[in-house]
Amino acid sequence: MADLILGIETSCDETAAAVVEGREKIRSNIVASQAALHAPYGGIVPELASRRHLEMIGPVTRLAVQEAGITFDDLTGLAVTVGPGLVGSLLVGVSTAKALAYTLGKPLVAVNHIEGHLHAGLLDHPHLECPYVALVASGGHTHLYHAETPGKYRLLGCTRDDAAGEAFDKVAKILGLSYPGGPHIEQVAKTGDPRAVPLPRPTLGHGSLDFSFSGLKTAVIHYLEEKGFREPRRRGATRTKTPDPQLVPLDPPLVADIAASFQQAVVDVLTRNAIKAAKHVRAPRILLTGGVACNQSLRQQLATRAIRDEIEVYWPRPTLCTDNAAMIAAAGSARLGRGEAASLDLNAAADLPLC
Amino acid sequence: MAGAHRKSLTLVSTSPAETRRLGVWVGRHLRPGDAVCLMGEMGTGKTLFARGIAEGLGVPGGRGVRSPTFTLVHEYTGRHPIYHLDLYRLQGEEELEGIGWEEMLYGEGVTVIEAAEKMEQQLPEERLDVVLAREGVRVRRLMLVGYGRRFQTLVRTLAARRRR
Repeated sequence: MADLILGIETSCDETAAAVVEGREKIRSNIVASQAALHAPYGGIVPELASRRHLEMIGPVTRLAVQEAGITFDDLTGLAVTVGPGLVGSLLVGVSTAKALAYTLGKPLVAVNHIEGHLHAGLLDHPHLECPYVALVASGGHTHLYHAETPGKYRLLGCTRDDAAGEAFDKVAKILGLSYPGGPHIEQVAKTGDPRAVPLPRPTLGHGSLDFSFSGLKTAVIHYLEEKGFREPRRRGATRTKTPDPQLVPLDPPLVADIAASFQQAVVDVLTRNAIKAAKHVRAPRILLTGGVACNQSLRQQLATRAIRDEIEVYWPRPTLCTDNAAMIAAAGSARLGRGEAASLDLNAAADLPLC
Repeated sequence: MAGAHRKSLTLVSTSPAETRRLGVWVGRHLRPGDAVCLMGEMGTGKTLFARGIAEGLGVPGGRGVRSPTFTLVHEYTGRHPIYHLDLYRLQGEEELEGIGWEEMLYGEGVTVIEAAEKMEQQLPEERLDVVLAREGVRVRRLMLVGYGRRFQTLVRTLAARRRR
């Protein structure tokens, strides 16, 4: 039988564990549901405390092994996210994986969360060959990498301020839409006109593949002020405890137009830079991954534009785009295959770069 | 916080570049253990100001300074370690422990806290508050409030410099 790797992921809000067989067969993929947990708080609360990971990690790990139809003894090794992320949260996963590796006498592998996102693409497209350009876009990351050979990456560009997913969340909040912003904006945008509101598509200097999304949210705020839907702040009211001013209720058609225009601006910039990157390094393929890769409009536009340059575009299924542990197990399996096991003094690294 | 222990200064920035330069000036005057709290609505320039602070603390061009809204904490290496936090998504005081709040505030680095108003009760007694408000497309009003002797002096120094 092929290798059976248990992956553990606790870098941010989700507590996740999964068993992957070989490089691509997902035997189980458990992500602790945050939705039910957050419902009493109005659905917006991201679970931040490492305490919650501590409560969930045992049951989630056991469930992953059980659903895979195996026992802990059947495992070949353990893969865990060591960064980037919140140290407190990462440590829960890292400590659990170390304890399991030690007691089971199995090898331990350290995985970078972003490398996990790249392997999410490989889980669904095992024949995706290097070289390719990967666009990892989520709430915490917006990075362009050149995957030259398996396990070897080069950073081509990244966001200089807000991540793409973060921009969706923030604009959703301005528009009075719920968290997470991505799916809500996408839904509302379907009835809007993407050309209704002029929004910037910033370029950051000649040849740069970096992104900037911060100005987009400011442009949306400015547009609402201009249209009289949002009052400029009054003089003297400097100190405020409410982070955002009361909005005049917005018309649904206006919200739809702004959502569509905003989404189009983000999609245009992501598409432009991804294709520019692929042409720059002469990569014939682009892998789109991370939570923002769930966005249909982004997938469609990137795929249609790329084809003009004979570039193929791949993306994983939505459950593998968002944070999960199957991608960590898959990345771990590849590392273990290259003999890259970690020692038991492994530590979490909050700002771990991929390359 | 008693009024006698604070000193405030209000100024107007007419461009993002000016907001950032103010951050650079503040950054140049910071020491290990210092805390700067950035308050204000979305899009007023908190992250931009933080980038200026990092530049003032020796991070070339403030490079790598990004919004920590989603990730909560970023760490940069300047003359001293810089911890860049955003409390926007935090729900309760107990969550501060989860992000290593005390270790950062009372450690060897400089702590820059966005959306600090969310945890007003937990902020250190000696600190610099920078409150940003939108006055126009590019114009921002900034109120700097120094708490404790050192930060009051810092605000006075800046006020004197602006008068010249």
